[in-house]
Amino acid sequence: MTVTRRTFTTSLTAVALAAGLYAVPAFAQETIKVGVLHSLSGTMAISETVLKDTVLMAIEEINAKGGVLGKKLEPVVVDPASNWPLFAEKARQLISKDKVAVTFGCWTSVSRKSVLPVYEELNSLLFYPVQYEGEELSKNVFYTGAAPNQQAIPAVEYLMSKDGGSAKRWVLLGTDYVYPRTTNKILRSFLKSKGVADADIMEEYTPFGHADYQGIIAKIKKFAGEGKKTAVVSTINGDSNVPFYKELGNQGLKATDVPVVAFSVGEEELRGVDTKPLVGHLAAWNYFMSIKSPANTAFVKQWSDYAKAKGIAGHKDKPLTNDPMEATYIGIHMWKAAVEKAKSTDTDKVIAAMAGQTYPAPGGFVSTMDAKNHHLHKPVFIGEIKADGQFGVVWKTKGPVRAEPWSPFIPENKGKKDEPEKK
Amino acid sequence: MRCLFWIFCLLGALCPPLVFALTPEQAGQIAAGDLDDRIKTLNAVVAEADTALEPFVKALLDEAVKTSAGKAYIVADGKTVEAATGKPAVLPADAEDTVTNNRMRRELESAIAVLRLVSPDRAVRAAAITELKDQVDEGKLGLIDKATTAETDPELKARLQLLRAAVLISSDDPAKRLTAAKALSGSSSPATRSLLLEKLGSEPDATVKAAIQAALDSVQGQLVWGERLGLLFTGLSLGSILLLVALGLAITYGLMGVINMAHGELMMIGAYATYVVQNLFKNYLPGAFDGYILVAIPAAFLASALVGAVLERTVIRWLYGRPLETLLATWGISLVLMQAVRSIFGAQNVGVENPAWMSGGVQVLPNLVLPYNRLAILVFAALVLLAMAALIGKTRLGLFVRAVTQNRRMASCVGVNTSRIDMLAFALGAGIAGLAGCALSQVGNVGPDLGQGYIVDSFMVVVLGGVGQLAGTVYAALGLGLMNKLLEGWAGAVLAKIMVLVFIVVFIQKRPQGIFAVKGRSAEA
Repeated sequence: MTVTRRTFTTSLTAVALAAGLYAVPAFAQETIKVGVLHSLSGTMAISETVLKDTVLMAIEEINAKGGVLGKKLEPVVVDPASNWPLFAEKARQLISKDKVAVTFGCWTSVSRKSVLPVYEELNSLLFYPVQYEGEELSKNVFYTGAAPNQQAIPAVEYLMSKDGGSAKRWVLLGTDYVYPRTTNKILRSFLKSKGVADADIMEEYTPFGHADYQGIIAKIKKFAGEGKKTAVVSTINGDSNVPFYKELGNQGLKATDVPVVAFSVGEEELRGVDTKPLVGHLAAWNYFMSIKSPANTAFVKQWSDYAKAKGIAGHKDKPLTNDPMEATYIGIHMWKAAVEKAKSTDTDKVIAAMAGQTYPAPGGFVSTMDAKNHHLHKPVFIGEIKADGQFGVVWKTKGPVRAEPWSPFIPENKGKKDEPEKK
Repeated sequence: MRCLFWIFCLLGALCPPLVFALTPEQAGQIAAGDLDDRIKTLNAVVAEADTALEPFVKALLDEAVKTSAGKAYIVADGKTVEAATGKPAVLPADAEDTVTNNRMRRELESAIAVLRLVSPDRAVRAAAITELKDQVDEGKLGLIDKATTAETDPELKARLQLLRAAVLISSDDPAKRLTAAKALSGSSSPATRSLLLEKLGSEPDATVKAAIQAALDSVQGQLVWGERLGLLFTGLSLGSILLLVALGLAITYGLMGVINMAHGELMMIGAYATYVVQNLFKNYLPGAFDGYILVAIPAAFLASALVGAVLERTVIRWLYGRPLETLLATWGISLVLMQAVRSIFGAQNVGVENPAWMSGGVQVLPNLVLPYNRLAILVFAALVLLAMAALIGKTRLGLFVRAVTQNRRMASCVGVNTSRIDMLAFALGAGIAGLAGCALSQVGNVGPDLGQGYIVDSFMVVVLGGVGQLAGTVYAALGLGLMNKLLEGWAGAVLAKIMVLVFIVVFIQKRPQGIFAVKGRSAEA
């Protein structure tokens, strides 16, 4: 048979039709769409890309076990590109155009604040997986990261204790935006309630992406040399942490002299930093990769296998898990359980079903969604950096701690209800 | 079980030890249990000053100790030995890792230091005294006394006496406190200042209080120099980095007049070239890893120069004399380069390790540490500057570059291949940007948007210095560095950045030609 132009076109049409026919049954099987709203480019890509992969991994796992309510989950991934207004646009697109049942997304507080009105207006669901400053409670958001009393306050209490080094003077060091400013406001008022004078607190902020920490470290050294034991509380965010820790190591400020406890530094942020001079500096989280529990071993293995299979840059050679990844993973599984309990993906029914959900978290504890305040009950771990870049847990709470989104250390919060206003 | 330990412990305390000062029970107690008990046992053992203790303490610091049923084992290089006796042992299946937190680590470090006070090697003793600076307490006084009497080196003896004084200032006897305060005035360590400040508040005796105040003033006086020099150094260091990032631009923008928005991305390419070289060394020449930077420097230069040459040939050459189009085109190129790197290496930052000789710093004064990587960059910037000045001022290529920028037509008339010179000059500027990227990889992050953070700074330096002026670039870079750090110490990093920007805006308003104006006429204009 000679292929003329006409026969070629005909056969092409036939092939297209056939493909279309085959595609129809796949569409006929209904799916539940799940939005993934994490920056895959721009400054926050460093931290957020891996959360997108965690959601995709969990979806693959759930689909392999038969999906939710007999339907497969279908991820819809968008890239808000570390651009805060774009977050709101993409969120609207996910809800109105793609009709997603739920969204997993956001890292910085400013991106969350940007999408919040969209989720409230369109009455959709957002799962937010990162520790944050509190001072917010929306009916449409479930916060699977830590509130200040599940991270910042216990960490400072630990440093005040004898085991933590009985710190008396405090440097509050952060990136200049809403999360560090609010956290430090809470910490300052907490420290004052413990009898620390204003003269013994130094607050310092650096711009986003600051790379030259020589001056700051010199200032910390001087402050630490002015009497009493000093500790540094760092809320530096993003990739500024790398130059900060490098400088800390090179200037010989050792953890035994001036310990630095960080709230936004995990295994992922220390990738590529020489951690040998940093041994003993601390971080407070609700999960560490080094935690020994069967659930965590399984989680780490699942992630390593997934990263290898998908060839995720960096992780395929050296897989790392961290706290926000765990929080994302807990969130999607809790959502699945809630949908199955409600027998529907309707926002209000799922919200009602979320209350009191439990999930055996990779951290080795059972995480419970609070009946009222949309936050998880989580254990608090304090870890010290080890020479291999992992954290060794030196202190932990006896069990999960209930979140207090409205910190009692901010006077204006008195009388605020511990549940979302619009019910 | 537990009371059995206590009996053993009591026995250990009552009977003199036979062979080893460290009993297996003590080793077990140091390795695990309540932190207060662990430290108590450790200090009790250290007080006996048995050097056999050292390997055990070191293993604890390295977290190579595991415990099981009250016994401690050292696991190193796949071999297990019993901690107290050093005999080979089989690790029980239920052995647990020990937890060494900062408090324990401090005790362990000072234990090692105390043990080393009697070392025959002077350098080891000196290091031990430095280590002990603010970590002495009553319990170690006996050992320090012993070491002081045994010490023959006068300098070390004086420093040991300072250590003694730091303990004695907390004594109950006012006379002892007075002598201690007087002795401490000879110290120049920040730890002493901290100690004196603390004691000043709680001192009941007026004479001693006056002595403490006097000592404090003297210590402060010595410390203030360290602080001033430190500030100067940080300013110079920032200046040297600014100089490196601006030097390449001083050629492409300053001499050639190309508004190159992709300058930052050329730096990024240099940094990634460093990363690639580092990985090659890690995989194929792990023994020579510390030398990778020597290969990375030319590699970074060539990679960026090559990209620069290609850019010039394909895009920029067609846009000479059209600054707006150049700006847009190079900006587009910068986006393309960033996305290309993101596709090849991933969106995440990649890790560039410092060679071992660049980690840490040199202690110049008790409160002044100069990090090696910063010193290296300072020297590197000076070398690049000298090489570039020689190239532009002394070589034939430099002569042609100057000729072409001053009068393109005339240069062409006398037989200079101007388009080739343009390409070479642009490649040179790009290559120097690559060198800057190589240097930046040693102090900061290496990621696809590395260049974005420096592009504004580099343009500021070139414009402030005066376009077309190499010397101006040097003055502007160092001046901005110093100014930034001075303001940062006074007003904080955020405000300092704003103030520097305001200063530049005002300065450029008053003097648009920059610090140095181009003399004579520029033919390109």
